[in-house]
Amino acid sequence: MVESLVKEYTGKLPVKLLGELKDKLTAQKINKTRAKKIFETTLQEYLDAQVAPGEAVGIIAAESIGEPGTQMTLNTFHFAGVSEMNVTTGLPRIIEVFDGRKNIATPMMDVYLKAPYNKGKDIRKLALLIKQSTLQDIIKEVNTDLMNGKIEVEILSAKLDDHGLAQAQLKKILEKGLKGVNVKIDGSLITLAPSSKESNLNDLYKLKEKLKKIHMSGLKGVTHVLPVKRDEEFVIMTAGSKLKEVLELEFVDETRTVSNDIYEIAENLGIEAARTAVMNEVFKVINAQGLTIDERHIVLVADMMCVTGGIKGITRYGIVSEKASVLARASFETPIKHLISAALTGEEDYLNSVVENVMINQPIPTGTGMPKLSTK
Amino acid sequence: MPKVDPTKHILVPKHSKLSEAEQKKLFDKHNINFNDLPIILASDPAITHLKLVKGDVVKIDRDSPTAGKSEYFRGVQ
Repeated sequence: MVESLVKEYTGKLPVKLLGELKDKLTAQKINKTRAKKIFETTLQEYLDAQVAPGEAVGIIAAESIGEPGTQMTLNTFHFAGVSEMNVTTGLPRIIEVFDGRKNIATPMMDVYLKAPYNKGKDIRKLALLIKQSTLQDIIKEVNTDLMNGKIEVEILSAKLDDHGLAQAQLKKILEKGLKGVNVKIDGSLITLAPSSKESNLNDLYKLKEKLKKIHMSGLKGVTHVLPVKRDEEFVIMTAGSKLKEVLELEFVDETRTVSNDIYEIAENLGIEAARTAVMNEVFKVINAQGLTIDERHIVLVADMMCVTGGIKGITRYGIVSEKASVLARASFETPIKHLISAALTGEEDYLNSVVENVMINQPIPTGTGMPKLSTK
Repeated sequence: MPKVDPTKHILVPKHSKLSEAEQKKLFDKHNINFNDLPIILASDPAITHLKLVKGDVVKIDRDSPTAGKSEYFRGVQ
């Protein structure tokens, strides 16, 4: 009986409310007329609770986010276990997300793993495969042989295995990274000699420094990795973000792995995913600070940022530059610049929106100012 | 290397193409035209498998924190 009512009100009431009504009413065993009455009242309440057309929702969202923003702290906290790595949280992070910054202060990823690995199998090894590593990470000693003009590097074979590299691969990497150098590997000893005859000591020292920075394995830009246990499974947290490359890795669960770089998400997963990511990132900060802001305000801002198909921050280069009115753009930032360029190109302003009408002291088209008298 | 399918990712809601009739119904219901819709780029990774061209309308079934489910529409540009 409740099911038939649920069917009748599908489309009129949101899914979540219908589910709630269904659960509560089936437990209560109410007769049909009362149940019907409850549905009717709910619908009436729902319609009354909706935002009226012409309501200035943007201003309300701005105030609702701005006021708790004054209570946010500016702190950053340490990446668990790695002291030199800070994570931006609090107000700076909110500003970063809403501004739509391309280069965020602390890019991070949560890398989820596929079945056998998420229970902790080879977790350290997998983490090392993601982390960017240079030759420096696996060498024990570097000796410069000045007499013969060569460099001898002693490597730790165990570490080489950890990075999933064979000696032949290492040789290839070194030959590619150091042009014009003869590479010879003998056991755990690498001998490097400049192939040209007229090399001097200076070149040798340069080679020695260059050698340590050669990229060997992992993803460039991922500077730290940290396997952590989260709800019965292992997740690798990283400092530095390379979402595209990580998703392509075989052992990575490509359906759940996320980055905190909104642009990377937009590039690899699309604009709708980026919108969800904006919301998630903002909620993460708000919840960490122990504040409550209604979801609807954040949803509005996230929608606004993603309306053009790409990410536009709340800045003069972002969504404000999309405004049709010259006066509205000028009222935000850099007024002279906007007015001059508008004058040069002969732009027109139809005074259709709020700010420009405030400027010239006319009723604004929101709320009761919205309807106009028309004759037909 | 395995090809990554963005549509399977948890952040990506379901995208589907609207038929001509559904498009007209949508436009009539809200008294709008195509240019009033929010934009999705034809190159967006979440819709490349649908092979859409400029002028198509995409329906997006979002999970909403307040309503449970919500529908959203974007015009392909």
